[in-house]
Amino acid sequence: MKKETLIWTIVMLLGAVVLVLNATLRQHGPAGSAYVEAVPQRFVDVSDPGEIEPYWISYDSEEALDYEICAQPFADIPAEKREDWIRYDQATLGKYLEEEAINPARNPYQFSLSRTIGIWIAAFFTLFIFSFLYKDNPFYKIAESCVVGVTAAYWMVVGFWDVIVPNLLGKLFPEWVKLWAIPGLEEPPNYWYAVPLVLGILLLMRLSPKGAWISRWPLAFVIGTTAGMRLTGFLHADFLSQIRNTVIPVIVFDPTNGSFDWWASLSNIIIVVGVLSALVYFFFSIEHKGVVGKTAKLGIWFLMVTFGAAFGYTVMGRIALFAIRLEFLFDDWLWLIDPIQRRVPIEEVALLWSSLSAGFI
Amino acid sequence: MFEFFQKLDRRWIFLAMFLAVAIPIIIQLDFEETPTDLAHRVFDAIENLPDGSRVLLSFDFDPASEGELKPMATSFVYHCAAKNHKMYIMALWPVGPQMADDTIENVIKEDFPHMQYGHNYVNLGYKSGYEGVIKVIVTNFTELYSTDTRGTPWNAIPMCTGVESVQDMDLVINISAGYAGTKEWVQYAVTAYPDQIRMVAGCTGVQAPLLYPYIPHQLEGLLGAIKGAAEYEALVVEKYKLEDDPKYHEGIRRMGPQLVAHLLMIFLIILGNVIFFIEKKRGGRR
Repeated sequence: MKKETLIWTIVMLLGAVVLVLNATLRQHGPAGSAYVEAVPQRFVDVSDPGEIEPYWISYDSEEALDYEICAQPFADIPAEKREDWIRYDQATLGKYLEEEAINPARNPYQFSLSRTIGIWIAAFFTLFIFSFLYKDNPFYKIAESCVVGVTAAYWMVVGFWDVIVPNLLGKLFPEWVKLWAIPGLEEPPNYWYAVPLVLGILLLMRLSPKGAWISRWPLAFVIGTTAGMRLTGFLHADFLSQIRNTVIPVIVFDPTNGSFDWWASLSNIIIVVGVLSALVYFFFSIEHKGVVGKTAKLGIWFLMVTFGAAFGYTVMGRIALFAIRLEFLFDDWLWLIDPIQRRVPIEEVALLWSSLSAGFI
Repeated sequence: MFEFFQKLDRRWIFLAMFLAVAIPIIIQLDFEETPTDLAHRVFDAIENLPDGSRVLLSFDFDPASEGELKPMATSFVYHCAAKNHKMYIMALWPVGPQMADDTIENVIKEDFPHMQYGHNYVNLGYKSGYEGVIKVIVTNFTELYSTDTRGTPWNAIPMCTGVESVQDMDLVINISAGYAGTKEWVQYAVTAYPDQIRMVAGCTGVQAPLLYPYIPHQLEGLLGAIKGAAEYEALVVEKYKLEDDPKYHEGIRRMGPQLVAHLLMIFLIILGNVIFFIEKKRGGRR
């Protein structure tokens, strides 16, 4: 066995042992388990017998006090006039333990197997992705493929329910959509939406081997409108407005007491000099020699500082993303920390570490 | 030693970075934040609005940037709820509504249980079309948002009565992870209607340097990356006495790992340069 493989095998085995110890040594169940609160939902149809459409209200709401039908016990309301189900809200181990101590027989909080599996899958997928830092491997490939597949499916579902149903079908056939998707939709049909429908169908012709050329027409429409819209956006916000933003006083006086504000003045001078020198650097019609050359060089310095700031910000962003993944692993999965005090971790962690120490020392 | 650093395997650097981030998280290292002018501007823009103002919150991010942007989202929603502003929540990113629901669950439902959906806040959901969506809703909301995420028609939502477009909002708050986001809001909403639309934003670190030129005329304030989030959080925590609620310290808490990781980065950059110059001096590299 190669030395490197041996080392990594030992590291993996140690990791597995720690995971097992972490899961078994805890007093209140395995680390990485999730809890939910069962919230009963009771709704009553309070519409009058003559009304065509039902009007559902919550049996437990203040509004229910206004209706006679809600005065009787929920179970006595005719079956066709009531609906009830259980909603499961995310809860914490702390809440579960608190309630368990008071009234274990009627504890609304309970262990959730499905959410626990979710936490463990998320934790292992995080580790699979991190494993790429060592080298490319099948675990990383599995995680990568899952992300791509799930994202594609998610986009399709969201696109259908958030865009095609309300913004296309709902505009063209509101009465029909009202029957199965948006009960309260009250809009007259707008047949102008047939145009995007036709363009959309033409775009799908790309899948046809013979009619693929037809998809170029709607594509041309999309490119044309996007280019036009973006041109005006950039021209207005980034060109004209930025010129305006650069026309600033280089000598600033404090409006409150009229004294010279050297800090604001210096700041404005740097902005003006920075913009002008960077512009000179990109002006290639004149050879960069003499005053022009020196100004262009100053422009390079400003650009370098900008790139440095951008790099610094990017590093900060990436570290923040890394930190939240580690926080998830240490908090939700391993229960080593509890920054927002959702559990009763102090004794737990103390117990774990004392057990570990006793085992190794 | 020189040989070791000269041929240092990149995986040692990954391990060092892991420790630099993991240890401060485990020992929960954090520092006091001193808010800068930009964080103050964002805070003041929300704080100085009369109670009950209309605020449009655009959640233009997804779980990939949650580490940087969720603390901002939490603080923004808390601040607006504390001021009793009406929150109109929308998204230009497909997962934005879920991020919004998560924030509503953690902030509004837990700390402001009296607030009613449809009266105090509404989740209008996601619409595809990127800047096209902004371009439409700056003049007419119902053209695209005929319902909210629950399928309730626009006209049946009490707080939407009398609201025609983004111009009816007293402030736009954008939480942005990229395209479409703050830049597009500035281009198609604020710049087009400078007298009607005011905006503040929180963005990822990658975007921040590109958005600074819009301050102060096109963008009133900007929270750049986790540092901006921590500064704004500090202001909200101080004003609303949230010192004991760790939920509102997420950004501040994440500055501990930032510090240690940045120190490591600086050390590695210096080390790399020292090795480069030593090699150059020895004639090994030109």
